Amino acid sequence: MAEPLLQVRGLRKRFGGLVATDGIDLDVAAGETLAVIGPNGAGKTTLLAQLAGDLRPDAGTIRFAGADVTALPAAARSHRGLARSFQITSIFRDFSTLDNVALAVQAHAGHSFRFWRPAHAERALREPARAILEQVGLGARGEVPAGTLAHGEQRQLEIAMALATRPTLLLLDEPVAGMGLEESVRMVELLRGLRGRHTIVLVEHDMDAVFALADRISVVVYGRVIASGRPEAIRANPEVRRAYLGEEVSA
Amino acid sequence: MTPRRRAVSLLAALGALAAIPLVAALVNEPFYLDLFRRIMIFAIAAVSLDIILGYGGMVSLGHAAYLGIGAYAVAIPALHGIHSAWVQWPLAIVLSGLAGLVIGAISLRTSGVYFIMITLAFAQMLYYVGISIEPWGGDDGMRLTRKSQLGGPLDLADPHVFYYVVLALLAVLLLVGDRVIDARFGTVIRAVKSNERRLAAIGLSPFRYKLAAFALAGAVCGLAGALLTNQTEYLTPSYMHWTRSGDIMVMVILGGMGTLGGPVLGAAAFLLLENVLSAWTVHWQAILGPLLVLVVLYARGGLWSLLPGGARRG
Repeated sequence: MAEPLLQVRGLRKRFGGLVATDGIDLDVAAGETLAVIGPNGAGKTTLLAQLAGDLRPDAGTIRFAGADVTALPAAARSHRGLARSFQITSIFRDFSTLDNVALAVQAHAGHSFRFWRPAHAERALREPARAILEQVGLGARGEVPAGTLAHGEQRQLEIAMALATRPTLLLLDEPVAGMGLEESVRMVELLRGLRGRHTIVLVEHDMDAVFALADRISVVVYGRVIASGRPEAIRANPEVRRAYLGEEVSA
Repeated sequence: MTPRRRAVSLLAALGALAAIPLVAALVNEPFYLDLFRRIMIFAIAAVSLDIILGYGGMVSLGHAAYLGIGAYAVAIPALHGIHSAWVQWPLAIVLSGLAGLVIGAISLRTSGVYFIMITLAFAQMLYYVGISIEPWGGDDGMRLTRKSQLGGPLDLADPHVFYYVVLALLAVLLLVGDRVIDARFGTVIRAVKSNERRLAAIGLSPFRYKLAAFALAGAVCGLAGALLTNQTEYLTPSYMHWTRSGDIMVMVILGGMGTLGGPVLGAAAFLLLENVLSAWTVHWQAILGPLLVLVVLYARGGLWSLLPGGARRG
C-alpha cells in the first residue's frame, strides 16, 4: 500500500502536568476526509496545531507527502501544501475581505520583497482571490473590512484563506462552531464541495456535519485515539458511545 | 484614507514646508528656517520609526541608536578629513541599516515587553560605547568643523540650500513610503501587526519581513542622524540616549501611528511645543505630558486624524 498523504506517529505534547496529545497515531489517505471528534479538552485543537506547525510536539513524527515535516515551521508547511483554519476566527480584521484572500494568494505567488507596485493592482493576486470568494459565497462582500463581517461570514473567510494557498491537505478546526442552523447547512454544503478535491482533516463537534462529511472518523479522548473507522462503525462502537457519543446520539 | 487622498494630504504638507523659508523671510525670522529644518530631520526619523511601530506593530524603544550611528558616520570621517556627503551619508545609511539587521535579528525573537526592553538595551549599550570612546569625543562629543559636502551649488552652509535638501529627502521618503505600504512588502508588514499567526498559517514567515522592515527603518533613521549632526554642527552620544528614542516615539504617537503624514505633524507639534513652552518654563514636558494623554485618550489616530480628510486608513 502506498504511503498515506499524512502519517502521524506517536505524537505527544504536554503542557506542564497536562498531557494534551498522548501518543497519537493517524493515517490520512490522499483524497480522504477524516473527522477527529472527542469531548472538550480531548486535545483535538492541540493535535491540529501540531499538524499545522504552530506547536512543536514533544515527541513523535509527522510525515506529509512523503517527507518528515515535524521540525518545519507553519509557513514552510503551508508551502508544502498544508493549510489550516482556526477554531477561533483568525483573520486580518482591518483588511478588506478581498485583501485577506489576496494576501493568502500573494504568499504563494513568489516573494513579497516588492516595494513599488501596489498589491491591489496585481491582477494575478486579485482575480484568484475574487474567484475563491465567489466559491465560498462571499463574492459580494469583498470590499467590506473583514472585521465587520458576520460570524458565519468570517468562518467562510477562514476557509477562503485556506483555499487561496492551494493546499492538498486542509486542516479545519470546528468550521461550523457557533453557527446558526442555516449558516452551518451552507458551510457543510461548501465543505462537501471540497471533499475529494482536497484531503481534509476535520475537527468538529457538530455530529450532523461530521456524519455528512467524514469518510472516516477518529475518536480522541484524553489525548489518545480510542477508535478509528467508518462512520457507521464509530456510531455503533460501544466504547465510543460510552465515552463520548452516547448522549449526543440519544439526544 | 484612500491612496489618492493620502497622497494629496502628503503633498499639501510638503507644500506647506516648502513655503516656510518664504514666510521666515517675510516676517524676518530666519530662526524659523533652522527650527523647521530640525522638524523635518526629526520627521524623517519619526517616519522611519512609524514604519515598524505604526505599520508593523513593533514597539521599538531604541530607535535613537540609528540617529547616533548616522551622526557618527558623518563626524568620524570628517575628523579624518573626509567631508563628502556622498561618502558620509551612504555610510550612515548602510551602517545603521546593518545595525538594525543585527539588533533586529536578536530582538525580533522576542515580543511584547521583552521586545521593548531589548531594543532599549541595545540603544543604551551603543550610548555607553559612545561616551566611552575618548578619541571620538567621549561624553562631551565633538564639533563638526565642516558640513557634509554635496558638491556643485549644493552648499549646506547656505541655510536655504540645506533646508531644501532636507525637504527633498523628506519628500522622497514620503513618496517612496506611500508606494511601499501598499506594495506587497507593505501589505505583509501591515498584516504582521494585524495577525502574525495567521500570516504564518498562509505561508509567509513573519520574521524575514519584520527583520527587513526593522533594518530599513534603521537605515532611514541613520540618514536623519547624518542630517542632524549637520544641523547642530555637533555630535554627542546623547543622540542615542533612550530619552531621545522616547521623544521620537512621542512624535509618532502624537502625530498618528500607521500614517505617513502623522509622524511629520507629530515632529512639528513636538518641536514647536518644545520651542514655545521652553521659553516659559524648563519644565515644558509637564505640559506636553497631559497633552499626549489627551491625544491618546480622545484622538487615537493622533493629530493627523483630526485634519480634514485625515482619517486613519482602514
